[in-house]
Amino acid sequence: MPRLTNLLIEHLARGQVMTITAIDRDGLDPKTAERLHELGFDEGVDIELLHRAPLGGDPLAVKVGNMTVALRKAMARLIEVAPLTTSIAAE
Amino acid sequence: MNAPLATPVVALVGNPNAGKTSLFNALTGSRQKVGNYPGVTVERKSGKLALPDGRLAELIDLPGTYSLSPRSPDEAVTRDAVLGHLQGEKRLDAIVAVVDATNLRNHLRFVLELRRLGTPLVVALNMIDLAERDGTVIDVARLSTILKLPVIPTVAVRRRGLTELGESVAATLRAQTPLLPETTESDVKLLQREARVIAQTVTTAQGEHRKWSQRLDGIALHPLFGPLLLAGLLFFMFQGVFAWAQAPMEWLAALVTQGQAALTSSMPANALRSLLVDGVLGGVGAVVVFLPQILILFFFILLLEQSGYMVRAAFMMDRLMARVGLNGRAFIPLISSFACAIPGIMAARTIDAPRDRLTTILIAPLMTCSARLPVYAVVIGAFIPSRYVGPFNLQGLVLFGLYGAGVLGALVAAWALRRTVTKGPSPSFLMEMPKYQWPAPRDIGIGLYQRAKAFLFRAGGIILISTVALWALATWPKPPADWNRPALEYSAAGRIGAALEPIFRPIGFNKEIALALVPGMAAREVAVSALGTVYALQGTDADHSDGLVAKLRTSWTLPTALAFLAWFVFAPQCISTLAVTRRETGGWAWPAFMFGYLFAAAYVAAGVTYWTARALL
Repeated sequence: MPRLTNLLIEHLARGQVMTITAIDRDGLDPKTAERLHELGFDEGVDIELLHRAPLGGDPLAVKVGNMTVALRKAMARLIEVAPLTTSIAAE
Repeated sequence: MNAPLATPVVALVGNPNAGKTSLFNALTGSRQKVGNYPGVTVERKSGKLALPDGRLAELIDLPGTYSLSPRSPDEAVTRDAVLGHLQGEKRLDAIVAVVDATNLRNHLRFVLELRRLGTPLVVALNMIDLAERDGTVIDVARLSTILKLPVIPTVAVRRRGLTELGESVAATLRAQTPLLPETTESDVKLLQREARVIAQTVTTAQGEHRKWSQRLDGIALHPLFGPLLLAGLLFFMFQGVFAWAQAPMEWLAALVTQGQAALTSSMPANALRSLLVDGVLGGVGAVVVFLPQILILFFFILLLEQSGYMVRAAFMMDRLMARVGLNGRAFIPLISSFACAIPGIMAARTIDAPRDRLTTILIAPLMTCSARLPVYAVVIGAFIPSRYVGPFNLQGLVLFGLYGAGVLGALVAAWALRRTVTKGPSPSFLMEMPKYQWPAPRDIGIGLYQRAKAFLFRAGGIILISTVALWALATWPKPPADWNRPALEYSAAGRIGAALEPIFRPIGFNKEIALALVPGMAAREVAVSALGTVYALQGTDADHSDGLVAKLRTSWTLPTALAFLAWFVFAPQCISTLAVTRRETGGWAWPAFMFGYLFAAAYVAAGVTYWTARALL
């Protein structure tokens, strides 16, 4: 998935809030894609990088909506984010 | 719908961490474990719910899940029960959807999904006090209007809203007007968006969310302090297990000795006295003294689970676990396995990837369970001098080394298994991190009570039976009058030991050990009581003042003792572990494999230890 120009969660600084602009569902098995939604991930939702795991920086802990979710970088790379100002969603 | 006279069945359904189990405890007063990591409720729990109209309902606590499309076996239970597909379960007459008021937008999605089923539904808006404390205000009436469902604010831990919830459930059951099931395909994305809009509409003031949890995570997940804190907590836990348990264990041991002395002096020297003194008190007593250690260990584990810290530990350990092909989630069952492999293996149900779950189950017995403590403690006490190496006690260091060897063995085994028998795609790690919570003393108390009961039942059941059976085998047949060697050698047990000895002689084990290993299969700690019984009966006089420790010192060499310790690091696990593995893996193939690989590992480890020690010492 060559989307090198786009911003990923792992590029964020801790505490930086952005908006999810795209989720590459084809890179996930359907069950996992569904679970991402069940945990609150969706286009147009705000996301904040809270923590990188000690000892290697993987997995990541992010805040999505009111939920804190831990996920590995490999999965986080399927989620594209953008600064709030260019947010597409007026929730 | 059931007839009005039949007992209606009501289920609690909701996301993990919605406080479902606490609500269940509050509603039924039932005894069960409450945890804080996603999916602690892996067994069917049911209790009686007294409805305000005088009727009784059966309340079922279903495993927490995010939706009706399951990713792990425990979530599948919930789906099947809710859809009425679960074998042997009656159809539900009503569902109570438990929703975390501080996480409305995520939890409402599941309510919308449940509403489509058509089963009568009541919403419990739980932890409303935490939302209020955050400064979040929810318009409950409006939420109820939009959902077209009764919504009852509750605080399970403070028993708020329970009466209202009961009334609402009773009214829903009386109404008997089922909602119309919606048959269109449910789309998680659309439901999620609908839920967000509803949450936004009914939330009239949004407070600052989870301020405390985030502050605590700043320390708990700090790049430097986080791992130090985890290591410190684990060290403190094991230190506590040994330091705090010492006094109560000595009291229990003294009690057993007094009992033995009292029986010896008050009864004639016959077989019954021997059974009570050597078999029952000698055998079961040797195991019961470990109750304090087991309770302290479970106390820490319950504390870590219910506070929400265990998930943080899993988060930090994920990287290490990934190296051996596992998942951070496996850390939770593995830590539980330090207490006992059985709850550990059952907790592996929360792992969604099947190969991952299987690997976790297979290595769980390598975590040094509390049943192995008696074995380690006795042998270390007999053979390792209690002197100081720098600031550390040598006995403590050896014990720590044995725990370490178990962990290392588990990691190596996981690595090897993931490349051979449980080969498969590398799993993902996706886990909600719940907010920190003060563990409720009542819930900890209930958990400990259940553990103590289970342990004593085991002591009174399988351990008592196998000890008495061994005592009988070791007592009969009686040797003829001209027999001048220990009577034990003439007995049935002595002959079994002699027959097994050739298998174990190459790794330095004598007949008594070979004999003790057989009942040790029933439960590992029985190995100690078996040795206790064997050596007690071997004594030519009726003198019980000589403890097992002293007897081992005179009859084992140091290499044998070390080999015995190495054996128990890998020791083929007890019958109960094999039984639970069969249940969890659905057949005898995996437990047989588990037994085989652990037996081989134990044999090799004991052999290598024995011959190395002989060469060096």
